[in-house]
Amino acid sequence: MYKYVNKPVEKIDGLALVTGEEKYTDDFIYKDMLHVAILHSGYAHAKIEEIDDTEALKMPGVVEVLSYKNINRILYTTAGQGYPEPSPYDTCLFNDVMRFVGDNILAVAAETKEIAEKALSKIKVKFTVLEPLLNFEDAETSEVIIHNGDNSHAMIPVYYDPSQNLAAKVEASVGDFEGAYMDSPKKLDCTFYTSYASHCAIEPHAAVTFLDRRGRLIICSTTQVPFHVRRIVSAVCEIPIAKIRVIKPRIGGGFGGKQEVLLEPVAALVTWRTKRPAKLTYSRKEVFRSTRTRHQYRTTFKAGYSEDGSINALHLDALENSGAYGSHALTVLSNAGSKTLPLLNKIQNLKFTGKGVYTNLPTGGAYRGYGATEAYFGLGQIIDMICEETKTDIIEFYKKWTIKPGETSPIFQALGEGKAGVAMTIGSSSLEECISLGLKESGWYEKRKLYGKDSPLNQGRFRRGIGMSVMMQGSAIPEIDMASAYMKMNDDGSFNLLVGATDLGTGSDTVLSQIASEVLDTPVEQIIVNSSDTDHTPFDTGAYASSTTYLSGQAVKKCAEEIKRQILKTGAAMLHLGEESVEVKNSSVTSKDGLSGVSFEEICRYSFYEKDQFQIQATASHVSPKSPPPFAAHFAEIEVDTLTGIIKVLNYAAAVDCGVPINTTLAEGQAEGAIVNGLAYAIFEDFYFSEKGKLLNDTFGKYGFMTASDIPPIKVILVKSFEETGPFGAKSISEININGALPSLANAFYNATGKRLLRAPFTPEKVLWALEN
Amino acid sequence: MKIPFNINSRIKELEVKPNETLLSALRNNGYTEVKCGCSEGECGACLVLMDEKPVNSCQVLAMSVRDKKVKTVKGIGTLYLPHQIQKAFVKAGADQCGFCSPGMIIASYSILKETENKPTKEDITRGLDGNLCRCTGYVKILEAVENAAKTSLTEETKAPEAVCTNM
Repeated sequence: MYKYVNKPVEKIDGLALVTGEEKYTDDFIYKDMLHVAILHSGYAHAKIEEIDDTEALKMPGVVEVLSYKNINRILYTTAGQGYPEPSPYDTCLFNDVMRFVGDNILAVAAETKEIAEKALSKIKVKFTVLEPLLNFEDAETSEVIIHNGDNSHAMIPVYYDPSQNLAAKVEASVGDFEGAYMDSPKKLDCTFYTSYASHCAIEPHAAVTFLDRRGRLIICSTTQVPFHVRRIVSAVCEIPIAKIRVIKPRIGGGFGGKQEVLLEPVAALVTWRTKRPAKLTYSRKEVFRSTRTRHQYRTTFKAGYSEDGSINALHLDALENSGAYGSHALTVLSNAGSKTLPLLNKIQNLKFTGKGVYTNLPTGGAYRGYGATEAYFGLGQIIDMICEETKTDIIEFYKKWTIKPGETSPIFQALGEGKAGVAMTIGSSSLEECISLGLKESGWYEKRKLYGKDSPLNQGRFRRGIGMSVMMQGSAIPEIDMASAYMKMNDDGSFNLLVGATDLGTGSDTVLSQIASEVLDTPVEQIIVNSSDTDHTPFDTGAYASSTTYLSGQAVKKCAEEIKRQILKTGAAMLHLGEESVEVKNSSVTSKDGLSGVSFEEICRYSFYEKDQFQIQATASHVSPKSPPPFAAHFAEIEVDTLTGIIKVLNYAAAVDCGVPINTTLAEGQAEGAIVNGLAYAIFEDFYFSEKGKLLNDTFGKYGFMTASDIPPIKVILVKSFEETGPFGAKSISEININGALPSLANAFYNATGKRLLRAPFTPEKVLWALEN
Repeated sequence: MKIPFNINSRIKELEVKPNETLLSALRNNGYTEVKCGCSEGECGACLVLMDEKPVNSCQVLAMSVRDKKVKTVKGIGTLYLPHQIQKAFVKAGADQCGFCSPGMIIASYSILKETENKPTKEDITRGLDGNLCRCTGYVKILEAVENAAKTSLTEETKAPEAVCTNM
């Protein structure tokens, strides 16, 4: 049916990547470049009384020291979101209050990196150490107020009360939860905890800045959001947007961690003041300590249900540890409800309450899954609990209770991103087929019969179990995020495609050229993509919220369709035929009777040089009226060593509905990467802090990281559906598959041992604790 | 100071500082295809071959390369003359962000060389154990190495003149 989409097209930058030719931010080296190093706070909560930088400034090679003493303290949010941001303005580039271990004290710019780092040790800072708030469950009642009288404020009319350490608060309700819960014959009340996590993109955060020949500031950075970087740097550094150009070269992974504007304003200020190129690259330790993380969560589920397994009432209460600043605090919290509760839209009485609280711990941010991962841990388990309790087949439960095409959930409208959400009817879903194929692949029913805590197989040291869970996510933020594309035709029949969309390594440059190719029936090699340069490409909100293929892809499709109209018109004129008698076929315009035709090359030459000359070109923008969810069913088979507490994953199967996958290889790759990230998060990824709030496991080695020898056999099955509002039927796939490992493994653990894992990650200590309690 | 060394089969001089790591010296001298992910020998992004042995260049002093043969990913194959391993990575979709790829390619090359192109699954996973990747979940990387092994290991690829230099 399709020629260029729904195919395993190789990445257009693939060979350049694997031969080391592609350039990443830190690979840009300029003569006369200054190197920037940042001094980070060693205290979780402290007030700076004095900074003495005399000795540092005396060092040969030290050029500039930036601190609150010599910059304007402008409040902003580091969250790279659309304007006005739903995250509170509570951060300054450099401030005199330190709010977590790793907060910015000051920056030194020097001739070499070594001098800059040495200069940091010559700086004397006098602190008044303040009592830190290190337990997020104490935040609301604590006497320690983290943003006290610093003018922190919300940019949009949302609940925000820093005097109570509240960075965000969200409530939504459907039906009458309290009444229905009271009336339910069976009740469940269960609390779950998920941990901090680092994104661990292998490329550390970096920014390189310089002035061009006309004195404009060029920022090259590891960003998922070049246009937001331009806007935010302009505001924070007080440089007009017209004077700033942001370029994203190749970037070494993002996963949400680079949806933050952290390093760019520092390097930008150094360059703006000194008129010299500057580079700031974080060490791995700095990435762990000072950038953003996955928020720590406590989720409490209350469910009222009947003997037959029908759920009458469900309440999800979420407590989010926002850390020192409120980056993405509100939106991650909202998504904990909006990306989970609509899945079970048959439940008549639903309630979501959530709070995001400040602490003196590392700041949360966007992380693949964005709240959904945290909430599915509990939701996936309480479904299993209810099914076990009422002897309901969990497969039949999900088939019956999940949202279907043509159906809606009032939650879509009730929970938005800082404002009311958008009502939406599900247009596409192959979830039932996903569940069927997944259970077949995993051998579900055979293994469920074989395993179980009473199985004779499961009486010894090693016990096996199988568990499953079902999930959804979204595709882009409806009626908020916009993507655009520009295309022009060249005189050999090739096309330049300019998009603001940001390829993080996901392959979106390739995916977007496939979409243009499909519309124009011309090979992918004929589409020359240039992306993510604020001077040369049109606006795009950036790579987040599972939006690029769905949203930017639709902008490219619209743009290519306009190009096609112009080509058809020109071709028809050349053939002396009416437009209705011609069609685009194989890089040419041919008469429908097949008797005559002109190639794209001839058409462009004609339009350039022969008659009624004009440039065949078009631009298109796209805002989505909805955020169609992708769906997935995940099945995990595990073996528990009851002596050591080690969980080994034996098999993992995921059946995924991402609509029509534009690039089948890349779509599988997105799913596999998310699954392994999810498995590592479920089994060992966590942050360990000292009593004073210092992150202790701030290296890959101490943090733990799955390697090639740790991964189980993983089977990803893409199950097509057709989403009318997406390009060639596509929906998103990047985030959803990180949500399955936590609940599926926990359910498999119950199947193996009869015990529940309520706290993640499932380290040997927690496993042994669960087995004994 | 400048020390002579052999990189990707060419004799060049490396400008090094005392106590500088090979990773830092290589990158400062323009060999930016060698990536820095952690500087602590834990991620494998900076893997190079020293006299055909894979080493994390962040764990080696630059001075130690005097009279040694160093090979980066560009010494395995280039954009214009890619090695079969590199082609296999692209075909399998083992190349997402590409930041770990230079190290992964070096590790894969060593696995194939040591096993004379007949690696077991365990040879591959053990050989890649020091290389971290967050994008792919390793599934397609393992597939790529297996596929590359199926085509016979060709003679050492001669790299053409480097075309891409720093801006």
